[in-house]
Amino acid sequence: MDIRELQGYANFFMTIFLVIMLYGYIIHLYRSEKKGESDYEKFGNIALDDEIDSKPIVPNPKTMNENEEQNK
Amino acid sequence: MQSNAALEYDYSVAKLFTYTTILFGFLGMLLGTLIAAQMAFPELNYMLGEYGTFSRLRPVHTNTVIFGFTLSGVFATFYYVGQRVLKVSMAESKFLMFVGKLHFWLYFVGALVATVSLLLGYSQSKEYAQYEWPIDIVIVLIWVAWGTSLFGLIGIRREKSLYISMWYYIATFLGIAMLYLFNNMSVPTYFATEGLGNFMHSVSMYSGTNDALVQWWYGHNAVAFGFTVPIVAMIYYFLPKESGQAIYSYKLSLLSFWGLMFVYLWAGSHHLLYSTVPDWMQTMGSVFSIILILPSWGSAINMLLTMKGEWNQLTENPLIKFMVLASTFYMLSTLEGPIQAIKSVNAIAHFTDWIPGHVHDGVLGWVVFMIMAALFHMAPRMFKREIYSKSLMEKQFWLQTTAVVLYFTSMWIAGITQGMMWRAVDEYGNLMYSFIDTVAVLHPYYAIRALSGVLYLTGFLMFAYNMIKTMTVSRELTQEPQFKSPMA
Ligand code: HEM
Repeated sequence: MDIRELQGYANFFMTIFLVIMLYGYIIHLYRSEKKGESDYEKFGNIALDDEIDSKPIVPNPKTMNENEEQNK
Repeated sequence: MQSNAALEYDYSVAKLFTYTTILFGFLGMLLGTLIAAQMAFPELNYMLGEYGTFSRLRPVHTNTVIFGFTLSGVFATFYYVGQRVLKVSMAESKFLMFVGKLHFWLYFVGALVATVSLLLGYSQSKEYAQYEWPIDIVIVLIWVAWGTSLFGLIGIRREKSLYISMWYYIATFLGIAMLYLFNNMSVPTYFATEGLGNFMHSVSMYSGTNDALVQWWYGHNAVAFGFTVPIVAMIYYFLPKESGQAIYSYKLSLLSFWGLMFVYLWAGSHHLLYSTVPDWMQTMGSVFSIILILPSWGSAINMLLTMKGEWNQLTENPLIKFMVLASTFYMLSTLEGPIQAIKSVNAIAHFTDWIPGHVHDGVLGWVVFMIMAALFHMAPRMFKREIYSKSLMEKQFWLQTTAVVLYFTSMWIAGITQGMMWRAVDEYGNLMYSFIDTVAVLHPYYAIRALSGVLYLTGFLMFAYNMIKTMTVSRELTQEPQFKSPMA
């Protein structure tokens, strides 16, 4: 087997691997929402409610303190 | 970080990039119209000596619209959207403010120098990677500055989860960084030979087929990470915000994102069908191009579904019209591209005018429309004035839509005519036409394209006028609009 053929096979199997990963991710997304572990759709509101003093969907703990002061 | 009560988003860098978007958009499209006219009327090549020829001006057109207009639009929207979805102001960090301004000025001066270098004829002769090595180094610095802004803002964010647009901006940053570095690897001849030859000249580190492969891996993904990914970032923010509707499916947006990242990088070899690259690679390029329809349409359909039950906004708000048309053209060109990547179709399409036809239904219909819509949306918030004229916007919309249709239909006909004539043989197997026969037949279509350029450019001037009036004389707003942009 020369290098070109090897590259071809390597590419083929990597593609298969990545396809499995991608489908795994899709299943993970839908399943975790169905089980109620996470809610992805709420993130859509980040674009709509984007004032600097509006409440973050998921507050960043590192900057939360200042943020809470702000909201007072 | 300070926590004074009057903390506001700071748009000073976004404004600077807004100005250059308008400036480079005008210059780039002016050149596009000029070179389109040169194809139809060759005498126009001889107006400015060597500086006015098609071959000199074509790369100036492509680089000005890509790295001038589109990137300015990407940066302008990033400095706007980034702050808002991360809920942090540039004003909160002196460092980030400095980096943002440095980013702009490096970019602006770099763009001028780069354009002059192309006009003087310095070129690496690789499409979209024409800039010679000293300019490449400046471009790397500009990119590092943007990266610092991008990750710096993310570092001080209040909103922990990154909105989907941020994913797309990050991918733009990483994608272009990787592609640009690898494709521009070259040896400056002056240094390698201890002082022989021109200081600006360099030789690629790759040769032959490898060079071609790296080039089209870059070239195709420059389209991916310059014309697709950051524009999708924009529509994911601006369409929901302007319409007041959250994205139809956030999960679908995540899937489309990873799908796009996964598939796009492998499709570049469709530029090299029937060439000397290994056969499996050509097949892979074709197959991945077809699969690319899925993530592309995933995003576009997500946008159309976001408008579900709200289609009345299409008639009431011209900005929505711009964005819906943009996503429709995105669907058109992401269907057309894969069709061209099918080997048997490519045998006719390759080297013909159908290719620039395809490019421009994408860029004129999708990229430019989306960037203009984004700037229109930002203007009332940045300048605290309503949009100067709604009716001008409506007229601009129809003028430019007509122009895009004229551009791609004329190039479809021209391209297929060309492709068929080149391969036509008589009963003895001799070619029926010489090259000049095709040139003569194509003249009317080139003239139509030049006309479409004039129309599109006029539309862009209407946009520029509307924006400048909005910045300077339009009615002042006392309160920031929440969703729909106010317009007179
Ligand atoms: C007034 C509008 C425009 C006109 C009239 C125009 C015209 C042209 C012409 C005549 C060419 C050369 C085609 C050839 O070599 O056969 C070209 C190439 C190109 N233009 Fe434009 N252009 C316009 C706007 C734009 C914009 C806004 C963009 C991107 C944002 C763009 C991106 C490109 C690219 C990427 C190419 C290279 C295509 C290829 O190599 O196949 N153009 N344009």
